[in-house]
Amino acid sequence: MSAAELLRNKVSVVGVGNTAYGNFPEIDEYGLAASAFRNALEDSGLDKQQVDGLLVCRIPSYVRMGEVLGLDPRWTMTLPGHGRMAGMAIIEAAMALVTGQAKYVALMYANIGRSRRVNYGGDEIPSFWDPWGFTSPGGAHAMMFQRHMDMYGTTTRQLAEVSVAFRHHACLNPDAVMKKPITIDDHEAARRIVAPLGLLDYCLINDGAVCIILTTNDRAKDCRKAPVQISGIGARDEYRESNIALYTTDFRYAAVSEVGKSAYEMAGVTTSDIDALMCYDNFSPTVLFTLEGLGFCPRGEAGRFVENGTLKLGGRLPTNTDGGHLSNSYMQGWALNIEAVRQLRGECGKRQVADCDIVQYAQATPCTRSIIYTRA
Amino acid sequence: MSYNKPLPKLDPLTTPFWEHARRNILALQTCRACNDAHLPPSPVCPKCLSTDQDWKPASGRGVLEAYAEFHRAYWPGFNDDIPYSSAIVRLEEGPLMATNLVGDTTNARVGKAVEVIFDIVSPELALPKFRLASDD
Repeated sequence: MSAAELLRNKVSVVGVGNTAYGNFPEIDEYGLAASAFRNALEDSGLDKQQVDGLLVCRIPSYVRMGEVLGLDPRWTMTLPGHGRMAGMAIIEAAMALVTGQAKYVALMYANIGRSRRVNYGGDEIPSFWDPWGFTSPGGAHAMMFQRHMDMYGTTTRQLAEVSVAFRHHACLNPDAVMKKPITIDDHEAARRIVAPLGLLDYCLINDGAVCIILTTNDRAKDCRKAPVQISGIGARDEYRESNIALYTTDFRYAAVSEVGKSAYEMAGVTTSDIDALMCYDNFSPTVLFTLEGLGFCPRGEAGRFVENGTLKLGGRLPTNTDGGHLSNSYMQGWALNIEAVRQLRGECGKRQVADCDIVQYAQATPCTRSIIYTRA
Repeated sequence: MSYNKPLPKLDPLTTPFWEHARRNILALQTCRACNDAHLPPSPVCPKCLSTDQDWKPASGRGVLEAYAEFHRAYWPGFNDDIPYSSAIVRLEEGPLMATNLVGDTTNARVGKAVEVIFDIVSPELALPKFRLASDD
């Protein structure tokens, strides 16, 4: 049996929760995750002891997490704090549920990078290329965007549309870290970090936690809120040419295309059916690359596609309606998945997408994943 | 003043690369079984898994894959250099290499031919860098 047959419309999100996002030096990962778990549990209406599956990401010890929450699960998984694990985690938990290894899985992600001053470059992430001064995820993405500019004529003003749209959404999201509107000119004038990218092309670094509770559809109908089910998934990892961390010569076009095709076919939808896109935005260019790979526009034309507010609420493809990593919170894909659920439930207030029936999550990373959510 | 930029991390796999570089040779670990060239070096050939690996001089030619300009110094040793140019080159033998573009870079553009030169930064360390090819 294929993954598509096993998982199509079989598993739902029944609880989502998050902490405040910001700078919390007095709280550790366990304190943040416990707070998100309490919120998700309340959201689901479940009793804590019904949770028999535990997945932790960017949390040092699953044992300590279980101890803090008072859980003895039947299924446990731990994933590293890389910005690509959210999609993998949700798919793995769904598999555990459909194979009967657990009945209710709580997935928890916590990040304390802001208060502990995590530095995403230099000696904290040593590589073979340090002697040349090449370092940092932002460096790799600046390289890719310059390549895209040279190959397709994409401009930084087009790139600005991504940051401007997401900041607009953040201004409508009470939880978001960044609340000051920005313009294309602000994006152009921002301090360069690794040119052609500047400050407003980089994700935030902030503390916070997210919890998602999943169960099978037959159990989901007894939970507090309308279940949001997983209708499509796709997966492709790329490690062979990863000698320059995060740099990829084809902007992950082949992987994202394959993953999108798989998710659309499984869900029985096409790009034109997607009411909102939740797109991994570690750096703004990743959004352009993802749009091309998924087929929202022809290859090389994402710059033109996003012009004039395409990604804004009310635009052709509302994207990252919570503000994304650029302006809401650096929850490495996790907050985007809870935003997908909240949009489908109609809980998003001022940032609600009208008539929202189908939401897609996509992460164009060395582990590319997509999940298509619908109401059960 | 002593050299204060990051130094190569030498181990049994990487040392031959830097020893060749010191002699102004850009060398790639190359598989004796299938001739695949790879960088950084690997304990087995990533293509055929052979452990029979050799080091061979590369042509020193490649094409400019991407370039960017660092305005932030991630190491204090780069404080006086920012903004500095950084580049990724697709070597003729196949592998990508992060490096620096030197010389006149006004005509730098993705796809342009480049060639290696050696920046002798100390008696122990020469860094292979690239410039736009003169015949391009």
